[in-house]
Amino acid sequence: MKVGVVTFPGTLDDRDAARAVRFAGAQAISLWHGDEDLHGVDAVILPGGFSYGDYLRCGAISRFAPVMQTIIKRANEGMPLLGICNGFQVLCEAHLLPGALTRNHELHFLCRDQKISIENTTSAWTSSYTQGQEIVIPLKNGEGSFQCDDATLASLENEGRIIARYVGENPNGSRNLIAGITNARGNVVGLMPHPEHAIDTLTGPTADGLGFFTSLLHSMVNK
Amino acid sequence: MAKIVVDVMLKPEILDPQGTAVGAALPRLGFTFAKSVRQGKRFEIEIDGEATAEQLAQVEKAAETLLANPVIENFTVRVEK
Repeated sequence: MKVGVVTFPGTLDDRDAARAVRFAGAQAISLWHGDEDLHGVDAVILPGGFSYGDYLRCGAISRFAPVMQTIIKRANEGMPLLGICNGFQVLCEAHLLPGALTRNHELHFLCRDQKISIENTTSAWTSSYTQGQEIVIPLKNGEGSFQCDDATLASLENEGRIIARYVGENPNGSRNLIAGITNARGNVVGLMPHPEHAIDTLTGPTADGLGFFTSLLHSMVNK
Repeated sequence: MAKIVVDVMLKPEILDPQGTAVGAALPRLGFTFAKSVRQGKRFEIEIDGEATAEQLAQVEKAAETLLANPVIENFTVRVEK
């Protein structure tokens, strides 16, 4: 199975994302922002970083990159798509996910190991976890506060589309402690903390993040 | 040549931590007049000739597509004299 990892100008975490894909047992394919060809991949990851320098708004310019036009089309057809951190911001700007990520409420850039609970285990990226499972993975961002209107929040809650919530004190002011959400179909997931930085204890705080990548393999095999 | 100005502000219900920080800094400097501060963005777009209704409609469309995120922001478009 081939998983594409997109590199925009300013992307940071593409190598770790590709390593996590290989660690889970799939083949990682590098995708370039300026190339609309997805080179036969079965799924795509938009990794973290500061694409286009976060100019204008985080993800606002990347969302119009050539590669995104094909990704948006394929995601709407059901292709699994995971956006991590800056990738989550791109997914919101592309309207593949509702809401927006805004400045952390205390204005600080956060970099810490964060406990989150997995709230939805039916998406393409979370089936390896158990409902309510608490995991610890790095959180590192300046604009991670998830905001949306009341009606959108109610539908996310009622439809079980909140993938993960922060445990303990709210780190960034996200509504309802939201750390990640999915679309109605469950193939598109946006996540603010970084599972790709926690796939083994040699290089990360835990190996808790690997489940996002093994989930994808299971969901593709069982499709 | 005309100048078209697009002002972008976070919607009133969206938390503005930058504006709040500026609002907290003012009284420390002796400026005690501010009840609250909200921070926004301003785009100045120069065009050749006079701004026509059609051009303003295009700027409006661009503001909605790129300059502002309508999920969290409001914008206004005007011609600056």
